Amino acid sequence: MRIRTMLLASAAFLVTGAAQATDLEVTHWWTSGGEAAAVAEFAKAFDATGNKWIDGAIAGSGGTARPIMISRITGGDPMGATQFNHGRQAEELVEAGLMQDLTEVAERENWAEVVHPKSLLDSCTFEGRIYCVPVNIHSWQWIWLSHKAYADAGVAVPTNWDEFVAAAPKLREAGKIPLAMGNQSWQSNGAFGVMLVALGGIDLWTKVNVDKDAEAAGGPEMAKVFQAAAQAREFSEGSNVQDWNQATNLVITGQAGAQIMGDWAQGEFQVAGQTAGEDYSCLPGLGVHEIISTGGDAFYFPKLDDAEKTAAQLELASVMLSKETQVAFNLKKGSLPVRGDVDLQAANDCMKKGLEILASGAILPDGNQVLSPDTLGQIDDLMVEFWKDTSITAEDAQARYAAIIADAD
Amino acid sequence: MSDSATTLPLSGPRGSKPRRMLSRRNIFIYGTLGLVAIYYALPLYVMIVTSLKGMPEIRLGNIFSPPVEITFQPWVKAWAEACTGLNCEGLSRGFWNSVRILVPSVTVSIVIASINGYALANWRFKGADVFFTILIFGAFIPYQVMLYPLVIILREIGLYGSLWGLVLVHTVFGMPILTLLFRNYFTSIPEELFKAARVDGAGFWGIYLRIMVPMSLPIFVVAIILQVTGIWNDFLFGVVYTRPENYPMTVQLNNIVNSVQGVKEYNVNMAATILTGLVPLAIYFFSGKLFVRGIAAGAVKG
Amino acid sequence: MDKAQRPNQLLRNLSAKIAAIPMILTASVVFAGGTVWTVVYSFTDSKLLPRERWVGFDQYERLWSTNRWLISIENLMIYGALSLIFSLVIGFVLAALLDQKIRFEDTFRTIFLYPFALSFIVTGLVWQWILNPEFGIQSIVRGLGWDSFTFDPLFNADIVIYGILIAGLWQGTGLIMVLMLAGLRGIDEDIWKAARVDGIPVWKTYGFIIIPMMRPVFITTLVLIAAGIVKLYDLVVAQTSGGPGIASEVPAKYVYDAMFTKQNLAQGFAGSTMMLLSVLIVLIPWAYLEFGGKKRV
Repeated sequence: MRIRTMLLASAAFLVTGAAQATDLEVTHWWTSGGEAAAVAEFAKAFDATGNKWIDGAIAGSGGTARPIMISRITGGDPMGATQFNHGRQAEELVEAGLMQDLTEVAERENWAEVVHPKSLLDSCTFEGRIYCVPVNIHSWQWIWLSHKAYADAGVAVPTNWDEFVAAAPKLREAGKIPLAMGNQSWQSNGAFGVMLVALGGIDLWTKVNVDKDAEAAGGPEMAKVFQAAAQAREFSEGSNVQDWNQATNLVITGQAGAQIMGDWAQGEFQVAGQTAGEDYSCLPGLGVHEIISTGGDAFYFPKLDDAEKTAAQLELASVMLSKETQVAFNLKKGSLPVRGDVDLQAANDCMKKGLEILASGAILPDGNQVLSPDTLGQIDDLMVEFWKDTSITAEDAQARYAAIIADAD
Repeated sequence: MSDSATTLPLSGPRGSKPRRMLSRRNIFIYGTLGLVAIYYALPLYVMIVTSLKGMPEIRLGNIFSPPVEITFQPWVKAWAEACTGLNCEGLSRGFWNSVRILVPSVTVSIVIASINGYALANWRFKGADVFFTILIFGAFIPYQVMLYPLVIILREIGLYGSLWGLVLVHTVFGMPILTLLFRNYFTSIPEELFKAARVDGAGFWGIYLRIMVPMSLPIFVVAIILQVTGIWNDFLFGVVYTRPENYPMTVQLNNIVNSVQGVKEYNVNMAATILTGLVPLAIYFFSGKLFVRGIAAGAVKG
Repeated sequence: MDKAQRPNQLLRNLSAKIAAIPMILTASVVFAGGTVWTVVYSFTDSKLLPRERWVGFDQYERLWSTNRWLISIENLMIYGALSLIFSLVIGFVLAALLDQKIRFEDTFRTIFLYPFALSFIVTGLVWQWILNPEFGIQSIVRGLGWDSFTFDPLFNADIVIYGILIAGLWQGTGLIMVLMLAGLRGIDEDIWKAARVDGIPVWKTYGFIIIPMMRPVFITTLVLIAAGIVKLYDLVVAQTSGGPGIASEVPAKYVYDAMFTKQNLAQGFAGSTMMLLSVLIVLIPWAYLEFGGKKRV
């Protein structure tokens, strides 16, 4: 009896305040301070349309949040909208006809023109119809350098990869870790990907990742990248941390010289009160090739029976891409907007560098966009094993890498 | 040999009567227990100490040192302020949801499992062993593997997304171990009691309610311990089989502890952890007493 | 417990059968049904959603040629064997010690049992700290003057699985102890008296009389421990995420990651089929002994 009363009471509590508006449950894995503030911008903009954003945040992207999202959708009790990494993660849900077609909104608002770079929209397109809204761009291609660590070791802060390699022994002598590296597989793979683009060049990257050319993956060009990675592996010895932000913290405190990590790392520097150029440096493309990848997040809208909710979904899709929301959201998130026609005055130095490169068109797609989660996962496994187990030679790793690429779908 | 001889299940502690405090035997016993107790208590100490420190102190100091400056801010934050996406209500938001999930799930799963165990121990029917073996097999199936089949089953019977669907899931996954527990316990209750009740004309339910249940307090306590812990700490089922308005407290705990990006606030993590664990901890504290009392009561009867 | 044939057999079994309906449904629909479903779909190339495109044993070939799976199996064997032995020994010894009419029994029991109240996520996190060389045990011992002391199980690929074992035992042995204690207390006082009168040493009484009598308790604890071993997942995720490298990967994690991170359901199903198969290999002889043996009595 009491349980029933409690249920009713809480149900009544949830309903109040949402009498007219259409409620839309949105699931995502943005839970940290800055992320939540960014989501709040979406929610605010959506609520302003007279609807109501019901927040369903679940921390922990791959392992935790995605099974839940997929179960809800296949279980026939889907949410109103859900986040996925921009790319191929929701491919099959779209193919199975479980997702709302957004083409109508996209055409009305001319997404084909406003979304920049265009390739972002390609990942949302299936058989000529549009099924998702890209909301931001995060790029992997950065190395973060600690000024304090280099000052302590008595060498100048490197401006490119070669200088970094040359300075590494000095850092070791000063008792520092040249390259901080967390223990999770996606970090190892990400860092390798950055080295591949910077040291192997974009052509090689495209051959391997887009064309799935196993010969190139096993070739001499690639061998150089693996040699460099084996060297970087030595530099990273001694960084006994798990999470990427713990590795970033080693750089912030000057215990480590550098970290290869995506642009989300700058949030950590900001929180620690450090300034780009004074306390730390950021080099896109390892200072070799100034290029950025255009990964990020996208929102998908599962098909719902309720016509009112469907209307609200389309409204949310439109709101997420609007100029104002794009600016407000991305400033909080520390990511780049997906529209070329917005002005980000408030952006910090590293972000501005990214914007410039983006405008110049030196971009490449993210691993999530070109490789299936399965292939990506296998490379993740290989890379983390390679980075942490020095008994695996560069040649062995390359052979296994080529085999994965040969099987890639 | 175990069947006929293991009669009286319930009696007091064993061994010789207590003698002088400082015998060699006592030193050995208390010494061993004391050392082991340190190993068990150490992590709790670390958790409590950490939860009372400020973040700067955590970054500097070692994890075993007591806080220089005690702050309760992490506790306040964990309970009432920590954000889960847009909802900055901390753990308090999910507390009643967890209770709403816990009470029916524990009750239903234990009632069903005890009846199962009773039927298996005292009223074996043809084919029961087969189902029981499959059930034990079920104890070894990783939950994650069953996510999809269960989604499909719940969808087909129309319980997907509802609280009762979740209760059903907890009942199903609690069933193997609990049934085994009850079956083994009921098997050790003297056959004579059962036969006497049969002679008196008591039926299936009569014997269950009037003889088996009253004699089984200790095992019910163990079952409650298992279920309260499992269900209260469950995250995966709570989040997969219900909607956000029913999310249990562990979802907030996960969101606080597991945030991938941003600075990790270890003190808040630890406070949140202890807060989330309070309900099972309290159950243990009280049921520990019950456990002993149940044994004593049984001994008197025997 | 032999149930002799009686005239009212049918009626009496009827209520038992009705009472057992939930169990029959769970066993046949969920466990048996779900397992068959899993096995069937392990022969497909299902990715994110189950689909019936048959590929024979492809998933199994890939499974057994994957380094990570092989390491997972090896880890599980080491962890499993040690966890089984230590859980039973520690659980039994603690229960026997607590059963000596000691003072503060409540306190000790509560201390040994409380870790079980905490989830694996938390257990992993706390032990990750304590075992961390920078600020955990290693740094404390070094601070005491033993500068060369090295204890970094979570960052040493060779011993990382023992670091996980330490945390796993911490969390789980309390419950085993409680079950053992319940079992010890279930044994008739007269048996002890008789043993003492006959002059049988205490350890012999335990080894040859008490433990055989506690067979049901040992079966329960064995199933509990073994099920926990097979399902080992959260603890590894929280403590090491499978690292360093892939040195502490376990099968359940392989399966879960295959299904949801790699979005390759069929590969995950192939892994879980192998896991379930090995459980069956252990379970079927047990069921035969347990039930087959009974019938002969």
